[in-house]
Amino acid sequence: MSSTTLPVARRPLALLFSIGRLVMPAIVLFWLAMAFFGHWVAPYDPAGIQDADLFEGISRKFWLGTDYFGRDMLSRILAGARYTVGISLMATSLAVTAGVLLGLAASAIGGFFDTAVSRFLDALISIPSKMFGLVLVAAFGASIPVLVLTLAVIYLPGCYRINRSVAVNVAALDFVAVARARGESTFYIMIREILPNMVGPVLADFGLRFIYVVLLLSSLSFLGLGVQPPEADWGSLVRENMPGLPYGAPAVIMPAIAIASLTIAVNLTIDSAFGRHAREGVR
Amino acid sequence: MEPLIDIRDLRIRAHTAEGGDIEIVKGVSFSVRRGEVMGLIGESGSGKTTIALATMGYARYGCRIAGGTIRIGETMVTGLDEKGLQRLRGRKVAYIAQSAAASFNPSRPIMAQVIESALIHGLMDEAEACEKAVGLFRAMAIPHPETIGNRYPHQVSGGQLQRLMAAMALITDPDVVIFDEPTTALDVTTQIEVLKAFKEAIRDRNTTGIYVTHDLAVIAQIADSITVLRHGEVQEIAATPDLLARPAHEYSRKLLAAAEPALRASPVTGEASAPLLRVSGMSAGYGLVDRDGMPAVPVLRDIELTIGKGRALGVIGESGCGKSTLARVIAGLTPASRGTVTLDGVDLAPGIAGRSREQLREIQLVFQMADTALNPKVPIDEIIGRPLTFFFGMKGAERERRVRELLDLTHLPASVGDRLPGDLSGGQKQRVNFARALAAQPKLLLCDEVTSALDTVVAAAILDLMAELRRELGLTTMFISHDLKTIRAICDDIMVLYSGRVVETMPAAALESGRHHPYATLLLGSVPALRTDWLETTPAASLQVQGGPPALTSGGCAFFPRCLLAEPGLCDTSVPPLRAYPGGIEAACFRLAAE
Repeated sequence: MSSTTLPVARRPLALLFSIGRLVMPAIVLFWLAMAFFGHWVAPYDPAGIQDADLFEGISRKFWLGTDYFGRDMLSRILAGARYTVGISLMATSLAVTAGVLLGLAASAIGGFFDTAVSRFLDALISIPSKMFGLVLVAAFGASIPVLVLTLAVIYLPGCYRINRSVAVNVAALDFVAVARARGESTFYIMIREILPNMVGPVLADFGLRFIYVVLLLSSLSFLGLGVQPPEADWGSLVRENMPGLPYGAPAVIMPAIAIASLTIAVNLTIDSAFGRHAREGVR
Repeated sequence: MEPLIDIRDLRIRAHTAEGGDIEIVKGVSFSVRRGEVMGLIGESGSGKTTIALATMGYARYGCRIAGGTIRIGETMVTGLDEKGLQRLRGRKVAYIAQSAAASFNPSRPIMAQVIESALIHGLMDEAEACEKAVGLFRAMAIPHPETIGNRYPHQVSGGQLQRLMAAMALITDPDVVIFDEPTTALDVTTQIEVLKAFKEAIRDRNTTGIYVTHDLAVIAQIADSITVLRHGEVQEIAATPDLLARPAHEYSRKLLAAAEPALRASPVTGEASAPLLRVSGMSAGYGLVDRDGMPAVPVLRDIELTIGKGRALGVIGESGCGKSTLARVIAGLTPASRGTVTLDGVDLAPGIAGRSREQLREIQLVFQMADTALNPKVPIDEIIGRPLTFFFGMKGAERERRVRELLDLTHLPASVGDRLPGDLSGGQKQRVNFARALAAQPKLLLCDEVTSALDTVVAAAILDLMAELRRELGLTTMFISHDLKTIRAICDDIMVLYSGRVVETMPAAALESGRHHPYATLLLGSVPALRTDWLETTPAASLQVQGGPPALTSGGCAFFPRCLLAEPGLCDTSVPPLRAYPGGIEAACFRLAAE
């Protein structure tokens, strides 16, 4: 019946998806690589003032123009990847690891422990994240360890909620009851019985959480509370080049595009990988 | 006479995960005359539901009707466009699904949903439709036909909801009604009411129907002829009496044999052996426990039971009677709030934390759903091997050898070892489930509905396996089921649970004779027999108060609201104790004693 029409109609979409499936992970890998090697790959010294005007446009010499000091924008973005990607990755890993472990423990132990942890983290989640971040950074000063911990603490409760709800569903299944009846330890039940059955959601959550962290870190830096000069992440790059806005300088928009490309690419990569994972799971 | 439904060479294809395309219905043809009911029977995956849905021109997601024709009356269903199908569905063809609870919208009153299709098709106005609906409710013997439509789906029982769904299907006077396992999810004592209502409605309205089920005894009551399906192909089409008396195809004979499971020889004699498990004065449930040791939501009350060494006790009761909780209490998963559980003379702590590893090893649980009982991410040899390492510290080659022995014992090929549970069939998964329990070398095996999720032929093989294991290993087992036939086939003793209390215990041999508790009598009479006139001749339908409130009495016999023998002032005020009767039967009923 509709069998003859459907595949044809699907073809352009499918093509688009298959391109996305290759390009998006490539962008993610590119930024990951830049986080490690950005300083070496950069065509100029990111901190060095070049022989150029301020807020120069795009040229053969300076691919993405220059900034308010006349520094090469491309080099500064590549170098900034270390901070934006690095800090976000560390903070997300911390938040997700803690969230997964607490979620697993809450579901496996249950009872009072579950209630206590859940209510405490609910209290944390009710504080607006930007405000919370501002207060913590203002109190402890804007160093990189403080930023990582702040971001991790802010995103831990949300991560815990997601992982606990997934883990509770798995913990209610019969094979967990069998392990309990055998007398297995809580840790074994958490790690060997429950965790393998929530890898998909955990990874999807990791990607999403990473995007939130990138955005919050950029916001904090934009407000001047993130990475401090002379070092600069992408949020700081947008902030310091704001005076270029009236001149239509690429220096303002380029770091913003970098943020967008990273978050969108991560999102779509996780999406397609997780989607395929889920379909294979059905089989 | 021209048949009303004519299906010719129907082929349905489905997409597979690999992007391929397989045929799941392979050229099925059959026809149904007006006023007759065709039964479609087969195991899961035989394509019976797919064929029934195709009759409405519907293919599930990922499936498509690839060839053949379906004609209903003058309408060629396979040639209809979307508009034409909309006019067909609910008007000329109506569908009754397996789970009424999942098919009703919980946020709207029942009446609005029942008359919806009549209003959509513009057949009558709302007042007429409501009047017609009430008439149908009455025909279906639904209690309070005038007012039940104002209730919401959660306010009526499962059996009533299933009949309300039938009323919903019949409101447009459709030419064809498709019944898709409409009684499978019901308890037998409820199923009988629903079957009676269906049969009368079909007869009175001269309805043409397609009835899908896996239960031969059920279909024998309703269908005029039966199509036996397997792997999407027709094995045999025959009139119902002929199929029951003279099944021509070998697969039909297998189905017939499995529908009435033969008694498996028991390794023990009738004489009682020394007790292995003794449960006494046990109560359990959920919520806070009060000073007397009764939980806020009691599930089991004052349970007394013993299982002799090597014997098999069958525990039977309807859903919600607490039979699964009983297994969980014995295993320690749900700690008892009162009473004791004694294994081999040693009192066990109520919870797992208080039991020694050796005590935990001695009691093993086998769960109903092998799908959820096996961790889908763990390979089979690790699933079976883990108890070996955990209890006996086995490693490496020794463990591997023992895993192979266990696979062999449960008749599984050694090649399944490195596969994941998802790659195995339902029957194989259940065997792995047994192998894991046996790996612990338990003294007591608790089997919770181990055959309920399986097709009858596969379930029969599992019963054979259990009988063999009992014979070879001398296992003591507790076998929990809602299916009296299965229990009868495998058990030495039977215990009947109702609403969390033991209402009767008896040797399996006393099942067909002697005097029983009214609930046990009802249960016995409600199990469909493999003959076409069972529904008319069984006394079971007249053994309970029709439409009685399911509410529990706190003080008296829990069966009081449904019991025909009940004596107000006696049965609803105090709990009857278990009393002995001839034939080894012990029943908790005041009236039985008085007679």
